[in-house]
Amino acid sequence: MLRTNGKIPTQLTNPRIGVFVCDCGLNIAGVVDTAAVAEDAARLPDVVTVVRNRYTCAEPGQNEIKKAIVAHDLNRVVVASCTPKIHEPTFRKCVAEAGLNAYLVEMANIREHCSWVHQYDKESATLKAMDLVRSAVHRSRLLEPQEEAVFPVESAALVIGGGVAGIQTALDLADGGHPVYLVEKEPSIGGIMAALDKTYPTMDCSI
Amino acid sequence: MMDAGRHPRIKLLTYSEIEEISGFVGNFHVKVRQKARYVLAGDCTACGECEKVCPIVVPDEYQQGFSSRRAIYIPFPQAVPSAYILDSRNCLGNNPLACGKCLEACDKKCIDYDMRDEMLEFNVGTVIVATGMDVYDPSEYDEYGYRSFQNVITSMEFERLICAGGPTGGHFVRPTDRKSPKSVAFIQCVGSRSTNGRGNPYCSNICCMNTVKDTLLLHDHYPDVQCKVFYLDIRAFGKGFEDLYRRSKEAGVQYIRGLPGEVTEHPETGNLVLTVENTLAGRIERHEAEMVVLSVGVIPRQDSEVVHKLLTLSRTSDGFFLEAHPKLKPVDAPTQGVYFAGCAESPKDIKDSVTQAGAAAARASILLNAGKVRIEAITSSLDEELCNFCNRCARVCPFHAITFGDKKLALYPRIIEAACMGCGTCSAECPTDTISMRHFSDAQITAQIDALLASNPQEKILTFACNWCSYAGGDNAGISRLQYPPSVRLIRTMCSGRVDEDFILHGFKLGAPIILISGCHFADCHYINAVTWTQQRVEKLWTKLDKLGIRPERLQLEWISAAEGAKFARVMRELEELRKQVTKEEIAETVKVLARDTKPKITRKQVDAVVEL
Repeated sequence: MLRTNGKIPTQLTNPRIGVFVCDCGLNIAGVVDTAAVAEDAARLPDVVTVVRNRYTCAEPGQNEIKKAIVAHDLNRVVVASCTPKIHEPTFRKCVAEAGLNAYLVEMANIREHCSWVHQYDKESATLKAMDLVRSAVHRSRLLEPQEEAVFPVESAALVIGGGVAGIQTALDLADGGHPVYLVEKEPSIGGIMAALDKTYPTMDCSI
Repeated sequence: MMDAGRHPRIKLLTYSEIEEISGFVGNFHVKVRQKARYVLAGDCTACGECEKVCPIVVPDEYQQGFSSRRAIYIPFPQAVPSAYILDSRNCLGNNPLACGKCLEACDKKCIDYDMRDEMLEFNVGTVIVATGMDVYDPSEYDEYGYRSFQNVITSMEFERLICAGGPTGGHFVRPTDRKSPKSVAFIQCVGSRSTNGRGNPYCSNICCMNTVKDTLLLHDHYPDVQCKVFYLDIRAFGKGFEDLYRRSKEAGVQYIRGLPGEVTEHPETGNLVLTVENTLAGRIERHEAEMVVLSVGVIPRQDSEVVHKLLTLSRTSDGFFLEAHPKLKPVDAPTQGVYFAGCAESPKDIKDSVTQAGAAAARASILLNAGKVRIEAITSSLDEELCNFCNRCARVCPFHAITFGDKKLALYPRIIEAACMGCGTCSAECPTDTISMRHFSDAQITAQIDALLASNPQEKILTFACNWCSYAGGDNAGISRLQYPPSVRLIRTMCSGRVDEDFILHGFKLGAPIILISGCHFADCHYINAVTWTQQRVEKLWTKLDKLGIRPERLQLEWISAAEGAKFARVMRELEELRKQVTKEEIAETVKVLARDTKPKITRKQVDAVVEL
């Protein structure tokens, strides 16, 4: 939760925000004026550095974030790139590696929710991207470090359906050492596969 | 199949159905109903004596109804478990006067008419959904005459007729005269790639290669048989597929591009005449065949609703289960700890099913091997000082993760963190702002509203979208490049149930012309029934807005699933039209009314928190 590099923990005090605007090749930069978005972000409260990357999720991009955390003593990171559904785990891990709590990173989705859906209105898309970054920056100022709860995992697996896919999954898991419950609705496993004669491309029996 | 049946670590539960799944990733509690098969499967040796004396004869489902079975039967010779089952719908019952013959015939005494369904309960760390597919019923294609002409069969029926274990012992004969046909026509894409309202719009993936295989099988069995395949496109894209297709053509199979418009039967011979526009030759042709095989498509499993609901899964527009990401997480369900294998997710052949099964097993193993799982720190917390014991939080919690408080005993409601899934319904419903959500606090969300509406609010549509469905629906619109007006400003919450009345009033107070709350369809809600609270809250708000003289239409409620990118884009276009109708004067009036009538947005405590920073 606290920085591990021996410095005084600063995460709970004054926010020091780094904003990383991603071009995503031309996926974002082809529509959104990312330079203008970066300029706008630099004027936002508590933002101490703004970096533009071609691909923020790639290793050089992540290294930029890590370097900036150290160089500027950042305690909040805003990444303006794609949907958090893809890369929030990536950036959480990235900032954690640099000693920041994983929950002090915030994403602005300027790709799926912006550049890809406003391809023919570059000006409005850029204004929208600026708004999304502002929203993320203002939210990030109020982010707090969080500790994740850890729960044990039951060792068994449930496979629903005893067709070819269910059988194979059950076998693989069981061979890997896990107890498996294979539940099949019909009186026998086999599914559709069992009703086939030969199967392509090998032209051999199905059962 | 046999390997699965005798694996020491696989507990096989056949003739069983999932009744209930509760819990969360790593800790699912499962209830299974094992239906009574009236035969002790462990003791049955499959000797078949019972079957010999059973007087009841019914069509055999396994043989597609081409032959019959008894009321006590084994589904097919290689069945696993290798045990008989008594079909209670057709059995004369346990009245010894009526029958009881099988009971007498069974030496092992493993028939038990009094057997009852058994409920089994166990815990698992992960769930693999391999519920499979169903086969398309071609009856609605009247022009192919499946229901009228006996010699028109489906590709599934073909499998049984060509199989050595089938009703004819592998002699491929046609139903009317039981003679081997000299000519067979195959019609492709029956129920697939359809744009005329019948069948399904998607490609079923397997039918082209299945037909290529069928023609080769026929050619192997009967070198003289003449095969014709009527197709739209032959999709032979997989490894070794093109070779097989070429072999089929070299064997003399004719591939004719065009789907027949009509199939008629010759009344005397039972032969079939196919009228087709040959789109390569550019002419109408008539072809005669002694038999027609309809190459039917794959449809989503019709009885997978229970699993769909219990695991809060979603479906794509084609009806198959939706994966967490079409490219990067193709075997993960959006629900953590749940994975897909086989046709449950999309139509696929055996090789792809096996490949995906391996992938699902590997994905599940990651979780099982880790032995522990970290739960996102988005749970709720309660500040006892502010609580007025209304217990609303405990009442609305979909997971019963909040215990009821009691004012007389000074017992505060308590949050069970392990059970809290972080939907935020309690926080939105709490009248005294006692409950706050970690990582989705009122102050954080309000700061987003402030930022998004800081400039030109009249041009913006403030949108709250739930993480699982509507936000992902927006992502889907993006992935599909579906364009919509750039006026939308979206805030992600875990559930639409998180959206507090205060957020809405605050948005209007800042000059938002239109506000949208978007969540999952009721059946898809990741928090069981949290969306019902969303709906109730919005309905109350509509009344409140109306009383305040604010047009309720300015607050919109939509259910958009993760697969509905097209709907997301359409809703945004419609809202843009609505937004244009909201005048500056109307917004100014709203701001004035709200400044007078509503409580301050941020509570004292939150203000303090901001000041602290």
